[in-house]
Amino acid sequence: MHDITKVYGQGEAEVRAVDGISLTVEPGEYVAIMGASGSGKSTVMNIIGALDVATSGTYKIDGVDIGDLDDDALSLVRNRRIGFIFQAFNLIPRMSAAVNVELPLMYRGVRRSERRRRALDALAKVGLADRSHHQPNELSGGQQQRVAVARALAMEPSLMLADEPTGNLDSRSTADVLDLLDEIHAEGKTIVIITHEDDVAERAGRVVTLRDGKVESDVLAAAR
Amino acid sequence: MIFIEALRSGWQAILANRLRSILTTLGIMIGVAAVIILVAFGQGASNSVTSSIQSLGSNLLYVTPENPNRDGEIVNPSVQELTVDDAIALNDPVRAPDIAGAAPERRTAVTCTSEDRSHSTQIVGTWPSFFSINNSPVSAGAYFSNADELSARRITVIGSTVAESLFPESDPLGRQIACNGVPFTVVGVQAEKGGAFANPDDVVIAPLSAVENSITGYGEVSAISVQASSSETTDEAEEQAIAILDERHGTTEGTRDFEVFNQASLLDTANTALGIFTALLGAVGAISLLVGGIGITNIMLVSVTERTREIGIRKAIGASRRFILLQFLLEATVLSLFGATAGLGLALLVAQVEIAGISPSVVPVSVVGAYVISVAIGLFFGSYPAKRAASLRPIEALRHE
Repeated sequence: MHDITKVYGQGEAEVRAVDGISLTVEPGEYVAIMGASGSGKSTVMNIIGALDVATSGTYKIDGVDIGDLDDDALSLVRNRRIGFIFQAFNLIPRMSAAVNVELPLMYRGVRRSERRRRALDALAKVGLADRSHHQPNELSGGQQQRVAVARALAMEPSLMLADEPTGNLDSRSTADVLDLLDEIHAEGKTIVIITHEDDVAERAGRVVTLRDGKVESDVLAAAR
Repeated sequence: MIFIEALRSGWQAILANRLRSILTTLGIMIGVAAVIILVAFGQGASNSVTSSIQSLGSNLLYVTPENPNRDGEIVNPSVQELTVDDAIALNDPVRAPDIAGAAPERRTAVTCTSEDRSHSTQIVGTWPSFFSINNSPVSAGAYFSNADELSARRITVIGSTVAESLFPESDPLGRQIACNGVPFTVVGVQAEKGGAFANPDDVVIAPLSAVENSITGYGEVSAISVQASSSETTDEAEEQAIAILDERHGTTEGTRDFEVFNQASLLDTANTALGIFTALLGAVGAISLLVGGIGITNIMLVSVTERTREIGIRKAIGASRRFILLQFLLEATVLSLFGATAGLGLALLVAQVEIAGISPSVVPVSVVGAYVISVAIGLFFGSYPAKRAASLRPIEALRHE
């Protein structure tokens, strides 16, 4: 991520949500991006997650520049390289946990039996093997978030991107989900977590703090 | 592959909102049923008119006397009526090679009675060839013969309506009826002809000589029925009949005192008129199909709005525009296909019922057409909502509550 700027509006109403951020995340890193609301962390998360494109600057993921990709190409990038975990879980209602986990694989064109196997593996990994047929509204918040983690896992992404993953959870579920992320990191996955909670950020190996659309500090945990 | 997956996703959405899906389907169902049923009724009406015209004999010409009126003024005051001699002249095989036979008809209204019943009907005095010319077989008994005509025997072949009216529970053959007080012996019952116009079964047929002798007196005849040698030669037969009668009456086109009806051209005219009628009915049905289609657009738009967040999620985890588009299009198409199938079922059911004497006849083309159109409706009316869904931006869609 080099010299990323995101501008909303035009002329006098122009708002620089992100103002020249440069950031490199190495494979296998566990990075927390912190900042107060209005610091630009949502915008950064959208750009990292290829949900949005920057006004200027270059963003490469696995060496692929996604600056000038169209909608469908961005979908493809999200589908192949990014596993999302959202604050609001964002599971699709009225579809079983297993089908929810399978969905990204379906968009990738993975065969049915194969993606069912991978979905069940991923659910087993988050400890919900016995809940695969339950619909989201039959699961607790913590369980739903773990299904979301399973969905991200099953995609085998280059980057797991978690946006306030514990924002809607009680402390026990929070611990569960964070433990899960630790485990996943321990297996060598790259994780970027967006949060405003210090204890969540503590788990990461590196904490990037944003303020007013700029990087305020970038600290390795070992240095703290 | 993507097609099947999109179909499956669309199907899940349909199942997830069963009530709404059913209501949407209902619109298309009514539209499709309306098209099929209305066209079937049009076709049924057409069939019934065609068969009633054909039951009169498709190679039949009918000559009737006609005063040539021009603006209320009688052009030819010395009008000659049709006579038995005219009928004899038409039976000339040399001058009229395409006329197979001609029979004079003298019709008059009579009241006929059996022992205990009475029935108002029409008596037709004619020659025996009347039966073959008019394609009128008897279902019981026999025709009268030329010998009967020569000897003016008072015997009769009665139509099925008359038979039912006068002899509801017994066999009319050999029984006596009295028409205007004149006794006739029933020797035959005409096979039921049926028809949408004047009931051809409400008639009493007797030898011309007997009718003239005892009821009407002698003189002009009411009509001459003429049979062409085949249904292909009706136009030639018509020309020959006109030529013979013109010569006998000393008339030309402007002063002609008779008219020749051609069943074949009547059939053509009727079919054209009924074709327009059927097309109109179909158009009425098509309008309700259109309304059903708009219903699909409406529901799909609601569905897109309601599922904005879901669409956002799907896009965030990598659904392409194409996939979302396909999913919503297929959803709309599946809905309208279900509607079409239900509508077809309803139409087939209704088509069993006879309404106003018309038994509907389901036209295969209308069934296939209704299916094709409903798929087109799904694609057409689903395309706008589907496009809206596909072009939702994932960040905004995800923020949507």
